[in-house]
Amino acid sequence: MAKVNLEVDLNGLKLQNPVTTASGTFGFGPEYYQYVDLNRLGGVMVKGTTLNPKQGNATPRIAETPSGMLNAIGLQNPGVDHFLKKILPEIRDYKFETIVNISGNEVEDYAKLASKLNVEGVGALEINISCPNVKKGGLAFGTQPEMAASVVQAVRVETDLPLITKLSPNVADITEIARAVEEAGTDVISLINTLLGMKIDINSQKPILANKMGGLSGPAIKPVAIRMVYQVAQAVQVPLIGMGGISNADDAIEFFLAGASAISVGTANFVNPEVTMEILDGIEEYLVEKGYRDINDIIGKAIEKKNNIV
Amino acid sequence: MSQRVIKEILSQEEIAPKHFKMVIDAPEIVEGAKPGQFLHLKWVDNIGGDPLLRRPISINDMDKDSGELSIIYRVLGRGTELLSRLSKGDKVDIMGPIGKGFSIPKEARKVVVVGGGMGIAPLYPIVKELLNKDREITLFLGGADEGQLLNLKDYEEMDLELKTSTVDGSHGYKGFVTDLLEEALDGADYIYTCGPEGMMEVVQEKAKKLGVKGEASLEERMGCGTGACLSCVCKIKVGTKDDWEYKKTCTQGPIFPVEEVIFNG
Repeated sequence: MAKVNLEVDLNGLKLQNPVTTASGTFGFGPEYYQYVDLNRLGGVMVKGTTLNPKQGNATPRIAETPSGMLNAIGLQNPGVDHFLKKILPEIRDYKFETIVNISGNEVEDYAKLASKLNVEGVGALEINISCPNVKKGGLAFGTQPEMAASVVQAVRVETDLPLITKLSPNVADITEIARAVEEAGTDVISLINTLLGMKIDINSQKPILANKMGGLSGPAIKPVAIRMVYQVAQAVQVPLIGMGGISNADDAIEFFLAGASAISVGTANFVNPEVTMEILDGIEEYLVEKGYRDINDIIGKAIEKKNNIV
Repeated sequence: MSQRVIKEILSQEEIAPKHFKMVIDAPEIVEGAKPGQFLHLKWVDNIGGDPLLRRPISINDMDKDSGELSIIYRVLGRGTELLSRLSKGDKVDIMGPIGKGFSIPKEARKVVVVGGGMGIAPLYPIVKELLNKDREITLFLGGADEGQLLNLKDYEEMDLELKTSTVDGSHGYKGFVTDLLEEALDGADYIYTCGPEGMMEVVQEKAKKLGVKGEASLEERMGCGTGACLSCVCKIKVGTKDDWEYKKTCTQGPIFPVEEVIFNG
């Protein structure tokens, strides 16, 4: 097969290819070693990490929905110190970029996490701004431009690592949040996180999830994600990592055309543990078939060029 | 070592109302599989990703010579309903074998095995293995009716003490399987159990009273089957106090020391 360039440069964060795995769906990477050649991945967004270990929510934590699923795991994770001591040494030698997804309930949590993670082996930080801000009555940071920006600024001060800010789709105007985090210094924007949803058991007449509400993911949310990537691509200059329901190479290519420079595969890993490899091969095949030599040539292709831009 | 394979169904039949037995030709999976492990399985043509997720189903039987394995499952929702419509020649997408299997400690000479309802399904391979190792077995099977006493015919021909109970009285003792337990547990040195949590909780209590240790096979709603998503966690005691932690049913289970499980947690 003719060689095509799959390397992407996200504002300084270089990935050997644009296929990454979404936080919370791929563990820390090694969970999938039996199914995937981990060295072929562009990046792994590791399980959402907090300052202290978290037990997470009660069960049930998961519910299946039409072409999708709801989850409310509650950020169960061993905490940043355990990550640095036990997990990072196990994954740092893989060829994928280790991107640490960080979560907090106060701006200071994010800053402390960024400071601790400023070590070799961490390729970038992904800031999860969908968490509740305890100082604002539990309102998610990512729902208000000022709150979102304050998190990014606090992290920016602590680290020179590339910063990816992961946007919540549960907002009225996602471009407003995107502009705010760009202004605050993020290098990359990833989108979308899950859509808030709910499912009720008609026999017990109660919500299925112990947490009652949960995040909707899977093929069901892909059109929403494509729309948001398309909008944000035109609102900001920073590169985007697109995600939301990507299940195959065709879905991934749709995201590139909408303006994403890289993609994350999430829920599809549960359905087909080998899907990332199939997507990687499929992207290459598409490029060859269409006569492209470089993945970068199709990024944003679906966006109509304005007349005054050459 | 788990792997993903797409395999042909050799046969499928309804062995009791809503209970299906599927036989699959999967030598790669059978080769490394241990009693108590399970498959994470999905139909091949889920166009548009609906239903989306795999279904964890225990291995009911396997034959290392022929490479065939069988599963028994009950139709509960759309996923199992669609699985039940497949027939000979159709294909299924399998991840497996997954999880830690049962263990057989040396001191487990006289064992009690307790299965209830669908929980009987994963016990057949361990019962066969225990017999191979010349252990003395008392096997308790409980169900709503005779049809739910899975593998009953096979067990009847085995060299073990079989005790059955049904809620409707159609086979054996009329009532719950746990009513029969105490006598057999006295003097037993190990127990294996799988079934509804309520049943296993009673088994745990009775075993604890008599100081009998053992293993329980758990079931939880599951996502990935690789230990990544943390959907299928269960509460397991740690240390000597009332401390517990969430463990992954898929990769850290589904078999846990029966005395350490916090049921209905």
